[in-house]
Amino acid sequence: MLRKGFAVAALGLAVLAAPLAGTAVAATTQAEPTEQAWSFDGPFGKFDKEQLQRGYKVYREVCSACHSMNLMYFRNLGQKGGPFYDPKYPNPNDNPVVKSLAHDIQVKDVDTDTGDVVSRPATPADKFPAPFANEYAARASNGGALPPDLSDMAKAREGGPNYIYSLLSGFKQPPAGLKLDPGKYYNPWFPGDLTGSWHGAKDKVPEGGAIGMPPPLTDGKVTFDDGHPSKIKDEARDVAAFLTWAAEPKMEERKSFGVGALIYLLIFSILLWFSYKKIWKNVAH
Amino acid sequence: MSGHSTYEPKTGFERWLDSRLPILRFAQDTMVSFPTPKNLNYWWTFGGILAMMLGIQIVTGIILAMHYVPHVDYAFNSVERIMRDVNYGWLVRYTHANGASMFFLAVYVHMFRNLYYGSYKAPREVLWILGCIIYILMMGTAFFGYVLPWGQMSFHGAVVITNLIGAIPLVGPSITTWLWGGFAVDDPTLNRFFSLHYLLPFVIAGVVGLHIWALHVPGNNNPTGVEVKSKEDTVPFHPYYTVKDGFAISVFLILYASFVFFMPNVLGDAINYVQANPLQTPLHIVPEWYLLPFYAILRAVPNKLMGVVAMGGALITLFVLPWLDTSKVKSMRYRPTARLYFFIFILACLVLGVCGAHAPDDLVIPGFSGLQFLDANINSYVWLSRIGALYYFAYFYVITPLLGLTETPLPVPDSISTPVLSHPASAPTGAAASPEKRG
Ligand code: HEC
Ligand code: HEM
Repeated sequence: MLRKGFAVAALGLAVLAAPLAGTAVAATTQAEPTEQAWSFDGPFGKFDKEQLQRGYKVYREVCSACHSMNLMYFRNLGQKGGPFYDPKYPNPNDNPVVKSLAHDIQVKDVDTDTGDVVSRPATPADKFPAPFANEYAARASNGGALPPDLSDMAKAREGGPNYIYSLLSGFKQPPAGLKLDPGKYYNPWFPGDLTGSWHGAKDKVPEGGAIGMPPPLTDGKVTFDDGHPSKIKDEARDVAAFLTWAAEPKMEERKSFGVGALIYLLIFSILLWFSYKKIWKNVAH
Repeated sequence: MSGHSTYEPKTGFERWLDSRLPILRFAQDTMVSFPTPKNLNYWWTFGGILAMMLGIQIVTGIILAMHYVPHVDYAFNSVERIMRDVNYGWLVRYTHANGASMFFLAVYVHMFRNLYYGSYKAPREVLWILGCIIYILMMGTAFFGYVLPWGQMSFHGAVVITNLIGAIPLVGPSITTWLWGGFAVDDPTLNRFFSLHYLLPFVIAGVVGLHIWALHVPGNNNPTGVEVKSKEDTVPFHPYYTVKDGFAISVFLILYASFVFFMPNVLGDAINYVQANPLQTPLHIVPEWYLLPFYAILRAVPNKLMGVVAMGGALITLFVLPWLDTSKVKSMRYRPTARLYFFIFILACLVLGVCGAHAPDDLVIPGFSGLQFLDANINSYVWLSRIGALYYFAYFYVITPLLGLTETPLPVPDSISTPVLSHPASAPTGAAASPEKRG
C-alpha cells in the first residue's frame, strides 16, 4: 500500500512539472587543473630540496614583487625539511646559506636610539617582508586587484599545487570575441564567469576568468643556479612545489610519523583480533 | 547501576572504601561484570568508539586552547602558528579537526544502528532522547569550533547560521544582535563562541554519563530486538566486549589516522585557509559535510522562517520517534518491508547531503536543461532536496506509524539463545545464528 502511494506521488510530481519550460543558468567556470607528478605525492612522498630551492628563487625574484608571505620567516628556509636545511646546523639561525639569503633582503626596523624607522638587512629571525605597506597600496599598484598572501596558497585552493602550476603556465591570448577590461588577463584556470565580456556565440562562452595578475613568468625569466631548464612550465612547477612546502612545512614529518602510526595500529589490530577470537572461542553467539 | 551487584571487596581498604564511597563497586558493575547480550554485532562497537572520540576531542582541544588566541586579528595566525611552530602542533590540530568528522561518522552509524534495530523503543526511550540531546550538542560544538580558525568559511558560515535566528518574527533581529554581541559577527562573537566551544564538550560528557546510566537500567538491545531473558543470553562486559570494542576501536583508528596523516585537509574546505574577510563573500557557503543534510532541508523551503522550522523539525522529530513507531517488533531483521524503507531513508539522507553541498540552482544532471516547475528547475538541487526532505519527514510521520500496523513481520525468536531452535522452518537461516558475521 505504501509502496504504491510513493510511486503515485512521484508520478504526480512529474506530470505537474511537464508543461513548464526550462531555463539555462550562467555560472562560474574554470578549467580542471592539470595533474603533475610531484615528488611529494603519496604516503611516502618527500619534497625535492633542489626544486624547493629553485622555487624559492622564483618567488624571491618574481612573485615577491607583488605577493607577501606573511607566515614565513627566513629561518623556515633552513629548518628540517626546508629547502636549505643542513644537518650541520640544527638551528637554522646559524645556517650560513639562510643567513646570506636573509641578508640579501632589506626589512624595516626601528632605530632604538632615535626612534626613526630604518632599513636593515634581514636576519633568519625576520619575517619575509611584504611588498606593500597595506591593502590599499597593493590594490593601487595592481589595477584594483589584491595579490593574495601566498603562505597558505597551496592549501587555500582546490587542486593545490596543480592549480598553481596550471594558473601560472596557463595564460592564453583571449579568443576573438572576448573583450576584457585593461589590466585583466584571460586565464582558463582562474575561476570566473566571462558571459558579460563575451561577444561571440551565446553557448560558447570561454571557460575560466579574467585575472588581475599580469602573466608573471616568461621562458628564462629566472636563471637557476643548478642549471635546470627554466621554461615557463619549469618555473611554474618549481614555484608551485615551493608554495606547497611553505603551506605545509611539516608534511614530511607528518607522513613519516603516519607510516609508523599505521604500522603500529595494524599490528595492534591483528593482536586484538586474535585475542577476540580466543576469548570468544567457547561462547555460542 | 541496576540489578544485583556482583562486587565483592577483597582487601580491607576496599571494604573500608565500599562502605563510604562505593566507587569501585560502581566501576565493577558498569564496566566489568555488566551482563551484555552475547549476540551484539560490530554495529554495537560504535558506542565505545564515540566515547573514545569525545576523549580525544577534549584532550586535543585543551592543548589547542593553550596556543589559540580568540581575537579576530590573531585567531587565524595563531592556528597557523600551532601548525608551523608548536612542536607536534600539526598533529594536535589535524587530530582535532579530523576528529570532529570521525566523531560525526561514528554518531551517524550509531544512530542508524538504533533505527535499524529499534533500540529507541520501550524501554529505551529516555536513552534515545539523551542520545538526541548529545547529537544536538555535538552539532552546536562543531559549529562553534569551525568558527574559531577564523577562515573565510568560518566567518561566512557563522554569518549565515546566526542570521537564521533573525528569521524569527519580531524578536529575531534582537536575539541575533544579542548573540553576536554587536551588529555583526565580530570579535565579541568569536570570543563567546570560543567560550562555548570549550564548555559544550563537558556538557556532552555529562549527558553521556546520563546516557550510559540510562543504558544500564534496561541493558543493551541486541540484533534480534528480543530482550534478555536469562543468564544464558549474556556474557560479562569484560573481557568479552572490552576486547571486541577494542578491536573495533583499533580498526577505526586506522581509518582516522589515514585522514590525519595522509589527507588531513580533504574533508575541509580549501577556502578556510584564507583569513576571514567580511567584505568578500565566498561563492558557495557550505557547512562541514556532517551538517549538509540539515542545510539542504533548510534551503529546500523557499521561505526563510519556514526553512528554519523545517530544519528544527527534522531534529525535533527524532525526539518523538519512540511514539511514532507502532511496530511491536524491534529489529528490522524481522521486518523486511520496513527494512526496504529504512534503506531508502539512508539514501534520502545521503541525497540531502549531496544537495547541501551544491548551489540550489545547479543542475543535478548536467546537460539536461530540465523544466521549470513552480519556482525552480525540476532538474536543480532545490527540487532534489525537496524530494529528499519530503521522504525524511514521510519516513517518520507516515511510513513508520503505518508500517507497524500494516506489515506482517517474520517470526521473531523466543530468546537470544534459541532463535533457530524454536522456528526451524521460518527463521532466516544464518542471519540470526551468526549475527556478528553480518556486521
Ligand atoms: C605584478 C604583480 C604580480 C606578480 C609579479 C605576481 N602576481 Fe600573482 N597575483 C597578482 C594579483 C593582482 C592577483 C589577484 C588577481 C585577481 O584576484 O584578479 C594575483 C593572484 C595570484 C594567485 C591567486 C589566484 C586565485 O586563485 O585567486 C596566485 C596563486 C598567484 N597570484 C601566484 C603568483 C605567483 C606564484 C607569482 C610568481 C611566479 C605571482 N603570482 C606573481 C599580482 C602578481
Ligand atoms: C557523544 C556521543 C555518544 C556517546 C559517547 C555514546 C555512547 C554510547 C555507548 C557507550 C553506548 C553503549 C552501547 C553501544 O556500544 O552501542 C550507547 C548506546 C546507545 N546510544 Fe549512544 N552515545 C552517543 C551518542 C548517541 C546519540 C547521538 C544517540 C541517538 C540519537 C544515541 C543513542 C543510543 C542508544 C539508543 C543506545 C542504546 C543502544 C543499544 O544498546 O541498543 N547515542 N551510547
